[in-house]
Amino acid sequence: MSTTLNPGERPTGYLPEGADINRNIAARRLRGKIWQALFFSSLVIGLLALGTLLYTIIDDSFGYIAVQTKIDPEELSDRPLAELSKEELIEILRANISAGLFRRFDRDEPFSERSKESVLQLIEERVIGREVVASFKLTESLLERERIEATVRERFPRARLEFHSWLNRDFLTRPMSSVPILAGVGNAILGSLWVIAITMILAVPIGILGGVYLEEYASDTWYYRLIETNINNLAGVPSIIYGILGLAVFVRALEPLTSGAAFGVTDSNGRTILSAGLTMALLVLPLMIINAREAIRAVPQSIRQASYGLGATKWQTVWHHVLPNALPGILTGTILSMSRAMGETAPLIVVGASTFVVFFPDSVFDKFTVIPIQIYNWTSQPGSQFRNIAAAAIIVLLVTLLLLNATAILLRNRFKRSY
Amino acid sequence: MTVAELSAVDMAQANGRYAVELHNTHIYYGSFRAVKDVSLQIERQRITAFIGPSGCGKSTVLRAINRMNDLIPGSRLEGRILFHGKNIYDPDVDPVEVRRRIGMVFQKPNPFPKSIYDNIMFGPRINGWRGTKAQADELVERALRGAAIWDEVKDKLHQPGTALSGGQQQRLCIARALAVQPEVILMDEPCSALDPISTLKIEELMLELRRNYTIIIVTHNMQQASRVSDYTAFFLMDADRAGQLVEYGPTEQIFTSPNDKRTEDYISGRFG
Ligand SMILES: Nc1ncnc2c1ncn2[C@@H]1O[C@H](COP(=O)(O)OP(=O)(O)OP(=O)(O)O)[C@@H](O)[C@H]1O
Ligand SMILES: [Mg+2]
Repeated sequence: MSTTLNPGERPTGYLPEGADINRNIAARRLRGKIWQALFFSSLVIGLLALGTLLYTIIDDSFGYIAVQTKIDPEELSDRPLAELSKEELIEILRANISAGLFRRFDRDEPFSERSKESVLQLIEERVIGREVVASFKLTESLLERERIEATVRERFPRARLEFHSWLNRDFLTRPMSSVPILAGVGNAILGSLWVIAITMILAVPIGILGGVYLEEYASDTWYYRLIETNINNLAGVPSIIYGILGLAVFVRALEPLTSGAAFGVTDSNGRTILSAGLTMALLVLPLMIINAREAIRAVPQSIRQASYGLGATKWQTVWHHVLPNALPGILTGTILSMSRAMGETAPLIVVGASTFVVFFPDSVFDKFTVIPIQIYNWTSQPGSQFRNIAAAAIIVLLVTLLLLNATAILLRNRFKRSY
Repeated sequence: MTVAELSAVDMAQANGRYAVELHNTHIYYGSFRAVKDVSLQIERQRITAFIGPSGCGKSTVLRAINRMNDLIPGSRLEGRILFHGKNIYDPDVDPVEVRRRIGMVFQKPNPFPKSIYDNIMFGPRINGWRGTKAQADELVERALRGAAIWDEVKDKLHQPGTALSGGQQQRLCIARALAVQPEVILMDEPCSALDPISTLKIEELMLELRRNYTIIIVTHNMQQASRVSDYTAFFLMDADRAGQLVEYGPTEQIFTSPNDKRTEDYISGRFG
């Protein structure tokens, strides 16, 4: 080859010269501009989609409602009801409902033992009977107030129009109810927290330890490679499959354990918080392992060598160097898994989340509902007010997820190290 | 008997002339023989340089001396490497202990992402060191002074070691190795990532350390080998790419009147 090449000679082929150079550069720049525009429009489309989503949710969460009461609260007392004593409230209740109903309430729970709040609630439900007869979206409420007022005056002459935020303190703390305005996500939030807690207690340590073993200890043999492939594939299995697995294993086969029967709980079946948490743990475990391995693999080999070179054992190297340096990555992955578990609906429906739970869970053997299930349930109900509370619940879920992700970023930055 | 027990006896007698001896050592990566039949004896409290073209197995031999090769899956050694007369590849020898007594400094400075203080104390701590805070402070100072970096870092002991310059980081790594009181220090091209001034500092440091430690250094820098080392080992690949020891002797002799033609070619730059 080298014998045929003459040093001083120019190579053949054409490299732009003179005016061609500028033309060539202009063409290259133009191509770059086109791509840039393409990137930008993708960004805009993404933002539009996100904006639309937020708009519809917020549009449904706030707005005018037309409220009708059987009786005006001011007719009951000349002072605001909240300022009255319990005895006065009981009197008002007695005067406004039938004697039979009053006796029944007394039998359910003697008035002497009831709190003032519970009496007040009875008055609100039975005597005043606040009822939302119509609800309006935020945009119409802001832009078409006159039309709304006219409609309400015509169709519900006795109703009063008030601006209502479906997302409010009561909504966050109250349990489920069949009356939308009285319903809340309180027990769903609590249910979600319980399920997530169990999921994380199981999946985080097992995931991290499993990841450490595969990355640092397992040799490169066919059975470990098989396990690895399996874990990678499990991460892609549709979540409903995990639900079916959970139903078969935790709800049915392990019912004595998951229902708490083995621990002396009697009034329950296998469709408990515990079963849900275990199922979710199975679902996020592959993600946790994969993520922990990635984080561990990102720790530079030179750090391990330095540690071994000083006479550290494998365990000391893992404990003092690999894990601390992998921690930010592991934390990020943990919180992302948590967000995933938080938003999952399908497997929990299969495992048997109850869509109508009015009490607050107080043990892992309780029936449960979670926020996404509640949203799913409400969106499938007739009546526009269920749409309103579904939207409010979606905001709750989104804010929770946002907070989780923000925590992930904060933690990652806090523990980040430079090599 | 473990290396620890042996060396205690040995130290008491203080009669061993050689710190490390390789006898007919072959080193394999899987089925590939990277080093073939190397025998050499490293003199105590001297600096021995390994030179030779890229890929001839210098690093491989060096890593075999403190069993760092064990960390590479598939690596295997035949023959014996004696340390205080004990074969460190005997089944009853724990590589962890070997590495404590034979420290290593790597080509790329690799301080831990921790404070300078913790970088130094890590080795002693994991090796079971016990002592007061004052004793720890003293240990840190000694190690840093030993590596000629004390004056530069004494005011920022609690700042990250990774924030130092490359040359300082490398001396920190040497200090870190000194802190576990090794007898032998292996250095694999310790100056290849450094500027000439830092290189000079490390070379001066090596001459200083030579009083108390046995040093083996791999280098591609012929001037460096001739400046600092007492003995030089020249390696070369044979036809099937296995590294071999071609010539080993006092540095002066290797550089002025080598016995082997190949050594002469390599040193005068006509080769490799
Ligand atoms: N981890 C490894 N796995 C497989 N083969 C290896 C490994 N490390 C080194 N080798 C091979 O062993 C031979 C010797 O490598 P070694 O790193 O010891 O050479 P060297 O003399 O240090 O070279 P250099 O001067 O470039 O650092 C080379 O052929 C190399 O490809
Ligand atoms: Mg090398």
